[in-house]
Amino acid sequence: MSAAAAAVADAHRREWARVLAATVRVTRDLDLAEECVQEAYARALTVWQEGVPANTGAWLTTTARNRALDELRRTATLRGKLPLLVEPEGDPVCGGASPFPDDRLRLVFTCCHPALAPEAQVALTLRLLCGLTTAEVARAFLLPEATMAARITRAKKKIAAARIPYAVPPAAELPDRVDAVLTVVHLLFTTGHTAASGPALRRPDLVERALDLARMVRLLLPGDADVAGLLALILLTDARRETRVGADGRLLLLEEQDRSRWDAAAIAEGVALVREALRRRPPGRFALQAAIAAVHAGAPRWEDTDWREVVALYDLLRDRWPSPVVALNRAVAVGLAEGPAAGLAELDRLAAEPQLARYGYLAAARADFLRRLGHADEARLAYEEALLLTENAVERRFLLERLAALA
Amino acid sequence: MAQYLVLIYEDEAAWAAGGPAAEAVSKGHAEFGREHAEVVLGGNALQPTGTATTIRDGVVTDGPFAETKEALGGYYLIEADDLDQALAIAKEVPTLAGGVEVRPVLVLG
Repeated sequence: MSAAAAAVADAHRREWARVLAATVRVTRDLDLAEECVQEAYARALTVWQEGVPANTGAWLTTTARNRALDELRRTATLRGKLPLLVEPEGDPVCGGASPFPDDRLRLVFTCCHPALAPEAQVALTLRLLCGLTTAEVARAFLLPEATMAARITRAKKKIAAARIPYAVPPAAELPDRVDAVLTVVHLLFTTGHTAASGPALRRPDLVERALDLARMVRLLLPGDADVAGLLALILLTDARRETRVGADGRLLLLEEQDRSRWDAAAIAEGVALVREALRRRPPGRFALQAAIAAVHAGAPRWEDTDWREVVALYDLLRDRWPSPVVALNRAVAVGLAEGPAAGLAELDRLAAEPQLARYGYLAAARADFLRRLGHADEARLAYEEALLLTENAVERRFLLERLAALA
Repeated sequence: MAQYLVLIYEDEAAWAAGGPAAEAVSKGHAEFGREHAEVVLGGNALQPTGTATTIRDGVVTDGPFAETKEALGGYYLIEADDLDQALAIAKEVPTLAGGVEVRPVLVLG
């Protein structure tokens, strides 16, 4: 890759959201802003061959905004009829070395507005904040490109027609709205952390986008404990990425992972963020999940895991966020703290949860406790049930091996 | 400024049953109207769907357009800068056993 192409690729990943957000302020129209920003990046590919500017973001923003102003002049009469983004007056925040206001937060809150369907929020976030093409967004969610294009178009139409504002919400609404943003970032992370189907366990592209977004939101809302909690959770969970699958492609459980190969820098950063996030009372759901991940990260060996601490954290998490999946993870921790019989009793209490009926991890967890208790026949049935509920090749192989070992 | 129609969908059976809860919601509507007089351009409660008549392709039939548990029972036409402001106002519309739908009014021309 030439120096210019490398600089453009780097600027695409680091500057896209900021350039687009600043251009939207000029166009008050998402589609036009996107077009102008894409053109600016395309021009950079040629112009930067003569030399890469010192401030690539400012160069891109100026180019995109000039292009937008030309376009606005050219089509002034036509555009008079279009619904424009609503943009309340406010003091723009000037950030760092850039001469342009940092409007990324406005873009974040518009993309993750609760009046948009959750799947549209995710799609818009990848498209507008991460700069993915519609084809890339479609691939990320294993959907046909036409379906994704229609979804994005519909969402943009609603933003304009219903006048979803291009604005940071007032303080009273901020906690709920931040939660909506974090839910989108968390969903992206979990989708990448364990792919729902396909040959690979992890989708690094999605994990990296989620991490970039979490860092961006952390930078924009540095005082928010929930934001710190989510960034910590992503860092601590993803710190294990190199050890989750064996050299032979086999799924490795937490118990079997080579902890010396966990990402020490990510863990250190994550642990510091957890401490910060837990200072707020009551701690949020992401902070508690991150705290659980930090307990694992702090145990040199599986046998050293403080399971009672893990159970205590799950108790807090269950109060804060009563979901069947949290109850399931808590039950597994109880089994590890107090023995497989206690864990099994907890799991059996969850069997009636309709939300867990199609959740393979419940069957897999039951199978494991039954195996440890020596109930081979029941364990076999549970493994077979778990197999029916996952399409991920790495997970399936793990379950098949466990099943074979019972015989 | 834009206009939004706040459509109030309620369980008619709950309204028909009446009682203190229904009375409180009725009072709540009066308060809502007073409190938001500046932005409420209009609004009405409707007679129950038992009084509705539907015309489709010129054919007149008894009953509402769609049979649903929660039926359109009233509306407010409000004015707001943007959706966030409209939602903040709509959240204060009292309901007994239902909810509201917020729809931007199409501006022609």
